[in-house]
Amino acid sequence: MALLEVHDLTVSYPTRAGDLPAVRGVSFDLDPGETLGLAGESGCGKSTMASAVLRLLPQGTRTSGSVLLEGEDVLAMRPGRLRAVRWTEAAIVFQGAMHALNPVRRVGAQIAEAIQLHDRVSDQATAIRVGELLEQVGLPARQAASYPHELSGGQRQRVMIAMALACSPRLLIADEPTTALDVMVQAQVLALLEDLRRELGLALLLITHNLSVLASTCERIAVMYAGRIVEEGPAAKVFEAPAHPYTKALADAFPTIGDRASRRHPHGLGGDPPDPRDLPSGCEFHPRCPVSVPVCPTLDVELWPAGPGRRAACVHVSDRQPEAVTGGAPTEVAP
Amino acid sequence: MTATQPSPTASTAGQGPILEVRDLHVHFGARRGRGAAARAVDGVDLEVRPGEIVALAGESGCGKTTLARSILGLVQPTKGEVLYQGKPIGRGTSALKPYRREVQLILQDPTGALNPRQSVYESVAEGLRIHGVKGDEETLVADALARSGLRPPRRFFLNYPHELSGGQRQRVVIAGALALQPSILVADEPVSSLDASVRGEILALLLGLVRDLGLSILVVTHDLGLAWNIADRLAVMYLGRIVEQGPTEAVLAAPLHPYTRALLSVIPEVRHLEAQILTGEPPDPTRVPGGCRFHPRCPALASGDAARAGVDDRCRNQAVPILRGVTEHHAACFLTDESVKKEAERRQSTRGAHAEGPQ
Repeated sequence: MALLEVHDLTVSYPTRAGDLPAVRGVSFDLDPGETLGLAGESGCGKSTMASAVLRLLPQGTRTSGSVLLEGEDVLAMRPGRLRAVRWTEAAIVFQGAMHALNPVRRVGAQIAEAIQLHDRVSDQATAIRVGELLEQVGLPARQAASYPHELSGGQRQRVMIAMALACSPRLLIADEPTTALDVMVQAQVLALLEDLRRELGLALLLITHNLSVLASTCERIAVMYAGRIVEEGPAAKVFEAPAHPYTKALADAFPTIGDRASRRHPHGLGGDPPDPRDLPSGCEFHPRCPVSVPVCPTLDVELWPAGPGRRAACVHVSDRQPEAVTGGAPTEVAP
Repeated sequence: MTATQPSPTASTAGQGPILEVRDLHVHFGARRGRGAAARAVDGVDLEVRPGEIVALAGESGCGKTTLARSILGLVQPTKGEVLYQGKPIGRGTSALKPYRREVQLILQDPTGALNPRQSVYESVAEGLRIHGVKGDEETLVADALARSGLRPPRRFFLNYPHELSGGQRQRVVIAGALALQPSILVADEPVSSLDASVRGEILALLLGLVRDLGLSILVVTHDLGLAWNIADRLAVMYLGRIVEQGPTEAVLAAPLHPYTRALLSVIPEVRHLEAQILTGEPPDPTRVPGGCRFHPRCPALASGDAARAGVDDRCRNQAVPILRGVTEHHAACFLTDESVKKEAERRQSTRGAHAEGPQ
């Protein structure tokens, strides 16, 4: 059984100007010990997805569909059960470790709080556990006595990870865990997440806009655009041979050093992400798409098979329909 | 490709540098005699020539932002000087004012750089008013916005920052700088807070400004991919010093310094180098190690390469000379010393000969 099963999830935020649909029908599975990378730019709904898995959304947010964590629907849980599930079954490491820690409390006390909220353990046992957790994330146990400002950005992110591990969850959700960090510290944090996955058998849902980070750490990648998954598949395949033009733009954004084609030719994607209240018709990506064809503005895209273990929501996916392979140009395929 | 396409530097190579940093030191004092002073910038020579993009790369705390701030006259150097068109930039607000029009700063986070209660027009016009630029303000603002890729410019005049996307905000910041017709832009992590898809667009804009307006750009970044995308030359900084510099292609294709090699190896896109994740304490400018300042974290010293080349003693005990403002590819590392390299090659070849001997 999958550890996490998200089925046809929609999330919309009520605003004065009407409902703002952030996630519009997303489905995916995550097995125990598996790593899934969720890519996309600001406003594509990937952080909303992360929060929805633990129902950490603001009050009044409308959701539909289901989020099954070990077979139990998080969206239908009673508050008491939900509190127990958070941290013990799944935990989140948020972006911006600078702001997620309380600046006036020692980091050890903040980790201890997470432990004692869920388990009735003595202060002494808690202190020992805090030390173990810090060592597990590569910090000396004595750092428990430090205040957040005494730590570097990478060390603070490690504290955040230690806190997330406090109640031995089986699923770790990391939302842009390395975005504000240097390349070297980013490499350290990613290596740590990989070690934890191997040692503890954690399943990992890693969310970032940097596709190359996902390609190097995850087994599978799902790419989101305008609240929907537009491509998913094995990480290396998706990164090296993207089936969706949006994935290709993300993959090209960070150049391969040494690749002459990108030297003095930065690749960008024109235009801006669409306004969720006013989405383009047909394929939502068509106004920015470099390979759009006349049918795109009216085509109802869905995730079509795109090779072994891969799916993509693009008219150009060649094995979309049997006739598309034999029937000539994709433009001739009726929507 | 470089043979058929002359690089922008080729045409301007004959000219002297437009911006020059000579033996610059910026030390921040210890608080009430407690602890040691932080040697944020500790002896840096750097040049930027007209029409050139120079990238200054390094980790947080390496001093790259302090160096950029002292180039702008925002931080007073402890020692050394900054020269603009061959003349020292001077001190104090009034002496610096004409220089500050020529050298414009672009910050990392456009949301923080823009006043949320100022319209796009007001943000761009502010610099023009401060510097008393003559001419039709509306035309100047519109031109700057158009050059930054906000077209048609008049459509954006009355927008407020919150109505714009991250990429558009950064374009407004760049327009504010361009309105003053500067000759140099100093950009501190200009794309690191932007989305992946917008990143390339802003970098293309910077490249276009160099091509169309002949601007020079000093770009401070921790992103070596950015350097590969746009920079003519690359300087890598570690603990207040430049440890390697040269033409971008040369530095990134064949890095000389073990630190540059490590930085390059941890980039997810770089597959041909085995990842060397540096451990140990992050560099602390209040405690600069003796000998080569990189030696406590140096993979070449730890692996025994330095010992095999016979320089490990020098690595631990002897200060590495400061890299002077020259333009060919070179590094501040004992292992790259010519004499050391020859010696290592000689040993390698004799070992090779032995290995082949018995066959």
